[in-house]
Amino acid sequence: MSNESHPNSRRNFLKSGLIAISTAALPATTVAAAAAPTPSPNPQPTRFLNEPERHFLESAVDRLIPPDGRWPGATEAGVVNYIDLQMGGAWGKGDLIYRHGPFRKGSWTQGYQLEYTPAELFRRSISAINASFSSQGTTFSQLSPTEKDAYLAQLERGDFDLDGVPSDVFFNFLWKHTQEGFFADPMYGGNKDKVAWKMLGFPGAYTDFYELVDKHGMEFHRVPVGIKDGGMHMHAMANSRKD
Amino acid sequence: MPQRLKEVDVVCVGMGFAGSILAKELAASGLKVVGLERGKDRHSVPDFQSPQIHDELKYSVRKAFMQDVHKEAMTFRNTHNEVALPMRQWEGFLPGTGLGGCGVHWNGQAWRYQAADFIYKTHIEQRYGKKILDPDLRIQDWGVTYAELEPYYDKFEYLIGAGGKAGNLNGKIQPGGNPLESPRSREYPNPPMKEQYAGALFRKAALELGYHPFIQPSANMTRPYTNTEGIALNPCVYCGFCERYGCEQFAKASPQTVILPKLREYSNFELRTGAHVLKINLDSTGKKATGVSYMDEQGREFEQPASLVLCTAFILNNIRMLLLSGIGKPYDPLTEKGSVGRNYAYQTQSYVPVFFDEDIHLNSYMAAGASGTVIDDFSVDNFDHSGLGFIGGCYIMSGSTGARPIEFHPTPPGTPRWGSRWKEAVRKHYNHTAIFNLSGTSTAARQNYADLDPTYRDAWGLPALRITYDFPENDVRMSKYVTNKASEIAHRMGAKTVVNEPRVRPYSTTTYQSTHNTGGAVMGNDPATSVVNRYLQSWDVSNVFVVGASAYPQNSSYNPTVTLGALIYWTADAIKNHYLKNPGPLA
Repeated sequence: MSNESHPNSRRNFLKSGLIAISTAALPATTVAAAAAPTPSPNPQPTRFLNEPERHFLESAVDRLIPPDGRWPGATEAGVVNYIDLQMGGAWGKGDLIYRHGPFRKGSWTQGYQLEYTPAELFRRSISAINASFSSQGTTFSQLSPTEKDAYLAQLERGDFDLDGVPSDVFFNFLWKHTQEGFFADPMYGGNKDKVAWKMLGFPGAYTDFYELVDKHGMEFHRVPVGIKDGGMHMHAMANSRKD
Repeated sequence: MPQRLKEVDVVCVGMGFAGSILAKELAASGLKVVGLERGKDRHSVPDFQSPQIHDELKYSVRKAFMQDVHKEAMTFRNTHNEVALPMRQWEGFLPGTGLGGCGVHWNGQAWRYQAADFIYKTHIEQRYGKKILDPDLRIQDWGVTYAELEPYYDKFEYLIGAGGKAGNLNGKIQPGGNPLESPRSREYPNPPMKEQYAGALFRKAALELGYHPFIQPSANMTRPYTNTEGIALNPCVYCGFCERYGCEQFAKASPQTVILPKLREYSNFELRTGAHVLKINLDSTGKKATGVSYMDEQGREFEQPASLVLCTAFILNNIRMLLLSGIGKPYDPLTEKGSVGRNYAYQTQSYVPVFFDEDIHLNSYMAAGASGTVIDDFSVDNFDHSGLGFIGGCYIMSGSTGARPIEFHPTPPGTPRWGSRWKEAVRKHYNHTAIFNLSGTSTAARQNYADLDPTYRDAWGLPALRITYDFPENDVRMSKYVTNKASEIAHRMGAKTVVNEPRVRPYSTTTYQSTHNTGGAVMGNDPATSVVNRYLQSWDVSNVFVVGASAYPQNSSYNPTVTLGALIYWTADAIKNHYLKNPGPLA
């Protein structure tokens, strides 16, 4: 993955245009689909969320991981930004999952079987949620914290059908992405200032614990290192300086 | 029309450990060898380098090194009566792709199987009688013995620079090692790994309970090592990014670090990446392979004629390749006729999360893929099963392979799934929780198998592999028994909270358990119940060898890679010393 992240840059537009042309030149068979270049798991991201979606997510993820006296909640940590970028990228577009039908309901042991891409799943579900609140003249964000939690618990139980998406499927999806955004490397747009790693005491992308792994019970406090913090080889020594 | 290429002596389908080692052995014998790899050409530099390789989202969560499920999925169902549906993303297990295969993203846990494993049916029936076996179980002998494989285990361990302490040298028990292992002919090439805190606490408790703890054997280097191919490796630095990642340090044994540099010195070897094999071609008799058909990344189809075809893909893709090529008869679970797909098995994993007080700093992110302290007292048949009502067992390991936070943030029972109390519990327990890993036998059963799916296809228009699997009741009873033993050790360690999580039915593909799928093209001495003979040669098409964990008639307690390594060298010798002199059936 490149260091740049210019959503919708002209260069990316041209790049995807070239891919489209070369694919079109191939016979229109499954073979051509098979031969298409494998999408990178992390191509240049584009934005996905619209304002009502962003509005809902900012209220919802902050109940899933709320701020406390010391550590910020999911919204301040950038989780909505993370979701926005992920849904605009290869993952959101469904390029990393198998998307051939027929689509049928299976047992829970068979996993996700809806026809929607991750981005479509988010859009469809949140639209249904927002529509349901607006028909009552309100929004999710206007609920009290207790009311929000009660509503999220209803989603989690699968109480609603969200325009074809069982609400527990959406809830689990939302919760999965909230945790990803909170704990992933900050270069993905969440875990701002590595707050989640600081909260845990996870040192991040350090490279070397050879000297420390058998120093049993030692307290190791370092400011965590992210992937974009520099390409230096990071050795952790018992007596190393504090950052 | 496919383009027909110039004939070669040998073509390998898949370039992981099996393809790379066999290609090297046969290229060294002077044969013209082509290695076909569907994925990318990739190397320790630049592909596995820090800091980008320490990207949990990309590699662990989005599975960047795994088979491209967008193009090629497998289907799954628990029982024969259900409709199998595609696994639309990899969760339960992780088939690799790309040069080096799963040998790039494995943890490096470097176990041998036991002498009893290879004669499992004979051994169990002799010790307990046939009545101990549930009617659905289909265990069988491998057709090769531990004593026959020992030199090949040794050869593979010295290739990969395995680190450990022998517990049984030529029958003599050694202090510090695993006294329950089968005899080895010499010491490991390297010493054991460093012990983590969670391992040290476990060791003490296990000793107090009369067990035999030792440090898990490892293919993460424990000192600088130059292997038997003259390739230098570096010591592991315990970075905590091993399984699902490539190794930046040249410290984890992988095809890239132990064999490919040597293989690529041979001008009579050619590697082609982006070469997706569609099938093994047969002549009009159906008894002789003429080569393989594959498609490159531009969608051009090629026919690669070869005298010898080595099926060296991931175990599930080995099974599928045979089915797509019409080699052998597909297994039917109702009549039990046919053998391809038969005896598909897995690994019966369970866990014991162990929560300590906040003054116990485990620092579990300081880890190697194979770090861990283990007891072998409850593996396979290391304990008397009389009256227990099951066969098999697990090793019990304490230690961590990393504590990457998207996937590792344990909370004790009673914690809400989300919200303030969840967040507080995550913070409080992150660095103070050990998780025992129990790796258990998977007993082959009549109802578990693999075949081709009637509905779902890959991007090349070919049928997906269909897996029908659930844990046999035997394995559920086994898991319950051994997981209880593990919990006793955890309590002895002075833990605040111990969670007993034995494996229960149904098997689900939605959370990761193990990539250790086995069987489906099993080895044996009877063509009615095996796909390949004791030399991993197809019974039906003698110039096809199927080399992978697909050959295991059932799975042992242990991680399968080193046993595969032994079988790779065993097969290489059979081809070099017998097959090439007189091509035809070896058994």
